[in-house]
Amino acid sequence: MKIFECINLNIGYDHKSVCSGISFELNKGDYACVVGENGSGKSTLIKTILGLENPLSGKIVFDKNFNRKGIGYLPQQTELQKDFPAIVEEVVMMGFLNNIKLRPFYSKTEKAKAKDIINALCIEQLKLKPFRELSGGQQQRVLLARALCATNEFIVLDEPTAGMDTKSTIAFYKILKDLNKKGLTILMISHNIDKVLENATHIILLNSTMEFAGTKEKFLKDGHASSFKLNSRKKGKV
Amino acid sequence: MNILEEIAYYLSFDFVKYALIVGTLISLACAILGVTLVLKKYAMIGDGLSHVAFGALSLAMVLTIADLYLTMPLTIIVAILLIRLSTKSKVKSDSAIAMLSVGSLAFGYFILNLFSTSANISGDVCTTLFGSISILTLTQVEVWVSIILTILVLAFFIIFHNKIFAVTFDENFSKATGIQTNKYNNVLAFIIGIVIVLAMKLVGALLISALVVFPAISAIRICKSYKMVIIFACIIGVINSVVGILLAILIGTPVGATIVIIDILAYFCCWALENIIKKSKAA
Repeated sequence: MKIFECINLNIGYDHKSVCSGISFELNKGDYACVVGENGSGKSTLIKTILGLENPLSGKIVFDKNFNRKGIGYLPQQTELQKDFPAIVEEVVMMGFLNNIKLRPFYSKTEKAKAKDIINALCIEQLKLKPFRELSGGQQQRVLLARALCATNEFIVLDEPTAGMDTKSTIAFYKILKDLNKKGLTILMISHNIDKVLENATHIILLNSTMEFAGTKEKFLKDGHASSFKLNSRKKGKV
Repeated sequence: MNILEEIAYYLSFDFVKYALIVGTLISLACAILGVTLVLKKYAMIGDGLSHVAFGALSLAMVLTIADLYLTMPLTIIVAILLIRLSTKSKVKSDSAIAMLSVGSLAFGYFILNLFSTSANISGDVCTTLFGSISILTLTQVEVWVSIILTILVLAFFIIFHNKIFAVTFDENFSKATGIQTNKYNNVLAFIIGIVIVLAMKLVGALLISALVVFPAISAIRICKSYKMVIIFACIIGVINSVVGILLAILIGTPVGATIVIIDILAYFCCWALENIIKKSKAA
């Protein structure tokens, strides 16, 4: 089943194009990664898909049965969150906002679902801890839990492992892999090309235009992986 | 006469009762709003707006139009514009706040001197800037207006507390889940306008920021969860104001300044408490 399709999308801010010629579709159960240099339009693409930015031209068509507000989103962390007083439980519960409408409090079912997700991600011992005092890896798990509260079907992640140590990164990718096996559709920006090649089923390569979109096998066959790695190495990133 | 008897004696006067009721309500509204402003880094917008409110109030005094019809709408409009600007450009909004606050002060003082019919201009200016007596000269209508507006502000924060928390913590996530964050920012600006005009009565234009910022920043020092920060900020805000008003009446100091001094003392108590908690944890 298709979740959405981008048709000749041109994206950017304030009428200035960042990336154009984007056409691909995402199906249920896909594990797609968006890769590319800094400034190639990865974050803008994700924000456009989520409806935070409007496309300059072209369109994104969501499946009739899919509710765009039911996307779980794990954004990049902001400066403000570094000293925001909030405990983990409060942050996770935020994921149910799309459900509650005018109801001032969360329901019992929502609290139970949050508890299940918290347990599944092994963060129950952090539940009452202040979010700002957690390590980077722990914080990202909490934000993943929040994204999972918002959806059963589809999550979008913006560089979730940036700034994480190797051990936490490996653990985080394992969690994503397990979730994907259970049927969750994933769209993620990542700089970690090795992890992308190890886990993703589909890859979208951006570089001011869309250079590639398709399965990982085709990506490897076309030789994009080696050229991408080479480019990154030259700039001293990998 | 001991202190309790003296307080009881003063409480038999209507104007003292009014001052306490309105003072409590305004501090509640300021404290609850203050948490959001401090966490969104809008504290300076609040401060700038209190100066704008002074300019608007001067205009209202010269034109003899009631606060509700001129000062409040003007302050609300400027609040909406400033918050919009701050989401677009931090640099522009920062200097816009500075220009607006100093401009409004000058404008207010200028027109008061030029057009005022009052014999005691400096007295009028001092009252609007430092609220020296206005809280003790409230009419019954003003008390009711304050009560109704404060209840509206509190109701908004209670009904939407989850969403306000989300929009404050993570605007992008909230937008992605379908919350219209711009609407929330506009309502927030609206509330800032209302609260500032109300608070001007209690402490005067120049001292409003203290009511907004101190309870929130004190609570943030010692509370871990957002919920506790809100509750504690409200408690601190109300206690400070009640103590401040009573103290001002007892020892004959200006109400606004006394409340702010108490706010500062309470902040240092919270700061000390935070350090004690940290040390006891480390030990």
